[in-house]
Amino acid sequence: MVQPHMQFRQLNIWYSSRQALKNVTAEIPARGITAIIGPSGCGKTTLLKSLNRLLEETDGIRVEGEVLLGGENIYDPSVDVTKIRTRVGLLASKPFPLPMSIFDNVAYGPRIHGQYSGSLSEVVERNLKTAGLWEEVYDRLGTPAARLSTGQQQRLCLARALAVEPEVLLCDEPTSALDPISAQRIEIQLKAIKEKMTIVVVTHLLRQAHRLADHVIFLWLGELVESGPANQVFNSPRDERTRAYLSGDIG
Amino acid sequence: MEKTLQLIRYQLGKGKWNIVFGLSRPTKDRLARRIMGLLTLSTGILLLVMILVLFARSWPILAIKPLEELLFSTTWQPLQGAFGFYPFIMGTLWVTMIAMIIAAPPSLLTAIYLAEYASSRTREIVKPLIDLLAGIPSVVYGIWGVLTVVPFVQDVIAPFLGHWFGFIPLFQVNNPTGYSILAGGIVLAVMVFPVIIAVSEEVIQAVPQGLREASLALGATRWQTIKHVVLRYSLPGVMAAIVLGFSRAFGETMAVLMVVGNVPQVPHSIFDAAYPLPALIANNYGEMMSIPLYDAALMGASLILLLVVLLFNLISRLILMRLVRFE
Repeated sequence: MVQPHMQFRQLNIWYSSRQALKNVTAEIPARGITAIIGPSGCGKTTLLKSLNRLLEETDGIRVEGEVLLGGENIYDPSVDVTKIRTRVGLLASKPFPLPMSIFDNVAYGPRIHGQYSGSLSEVVERNLKTAGLWEEVYDRLGTPAARLSTGQQQRLCLARALAVEPEVLLCDEPTSALDPISAQRIEIQLKAIKEKMTIVVVTHLLRQAHRLADHVIFLWLGELVESGPANQVFNSPRDERTRAYLSGDIG
Repeated sequence: MEKTLQLIRYQLGKGKWNIVFGLSRPTKDRLARRIMGLLTLSTGILLLVMILVLFARSWPILAIKPLEELLFSTTWQPLQGAFGFYPFIMGTLWVTMIAMIIAAPPSLLTAIYLAEYASSRTREIVKPLIDLLAGIPSVVYGIWGVLTVVPFVQDVIAPFLGHWFGFIPLFQVNNPTGYSILAGGIVLAVMVFPVIIAVSEEVIQAVPQGLREASLALGATRWQTIKHVVLRYSLPGVMAAIVLGFSRAFGETMAVLMVVGNVPQVPHSIFDAAYPLPALIANNYGEMMSIPLYDAALMGASLILLLVVLLFNLISRLILMRLVRFE
């Protein structure tokens, strides 16, 4: 058994008085893609955003339990949240290019942390290539990022997240705002980088989970129903609810 | 009369307005729409009429005096027929600039705090309080200025700055009274706080949450996020808020008039007295009307004031409109 990269330990999360996650304990193995699946409103995004503490930006949130990153509880009061977010990156469901040029978008993370290997333009080029966007923008890096198409913007956001060199990349329904072609390109890029980092993808598309996932976490109404290697969960689910969800009977 | 009223009450009670007026519901709907549309239109026309009337009334002086003499001559001697607005224009500009320099930075920081750091509870308590400030009658601010700001300038600021920085012309103390453009600027600054805070807070709040999260998720601190992302995104709106405050300060009359000294001279130091345009108009209109062209000159001053304030308002509205469209 490989040491898990991240772990949830008896995680409970409330929005004001509504409990969104109930006693979730699960593991995210190192490297490969872990897919969090389940119907809308079952707590997928909440679970994902607990991994980089972005949940705290929501008013009235309350977190109990632990989330471990390499054995360290990221909710410990002594932890510097910016360090956690440097190690755990995020690709949001909708692309939000920062109000600056393409170059500055990718350079944003390395600049604010003040550390990167090689020159800044090398960093930008390398990550735009990894995100599969370099060929389309190399001759106009100085133009505002907002002028790119939505699909290009999402790949820019991917490059921007990768430029910080995170160990873990969280993806919150990363293709939900995109057309099928752009969506496919994002999936291709994710598969290409999964050998080097741990990727966690939230998706409500079962077909996407089938295509991408090495491991699966299935949530149902805020509870963890089942988690494990993808082929085991998909082919021989242990829980009746998982089977019903996968076959389309519920959710 | 009593009978008619009784009849109307009777008809109302039976819901028979249709019969009273003999109109169908669609017709009434159209009629109501026309009336309200006309009222709306007349508000717009009012502005146009005011500009036209001011222009017509100031025509006697505009026709015989070259514009550059009116705008740039420093001589204000109505009895000799010399009407130079320059000292008044400069007085207005000085007071307004001082007010903006004092007001803009703290207002912006307050707006940032309210929009980005404060809990929604704090925001709900503080915002109405700030809006309340905007509703205080300007004469009250004026009295506060006379009682507090003028003595403070006279007894504390002027001696201190004059002693240490008096060699800089800007801080030279030639006027021992405290009634000065600095006093005017301070009072005005307090008056424009609520305008700048309210508008820029709204503009900053309108920045999409996803944009903030994008920056935070890269490991940026909150302040880095504000500086590099939130403010950059909302900069046009924040500028518009400041311009809006500027146009508010530019036209403010009563409070400034009470503390600024009203001496028709071009000020050189923040401790000099001045005579802003609105004060000139308010103090003199209706008096000394026997002097030829005096009336026309004051109308001309009003026209300048109106056009400048209008221009600034227009600029800030356009920026804000553009901002909303690009959302």
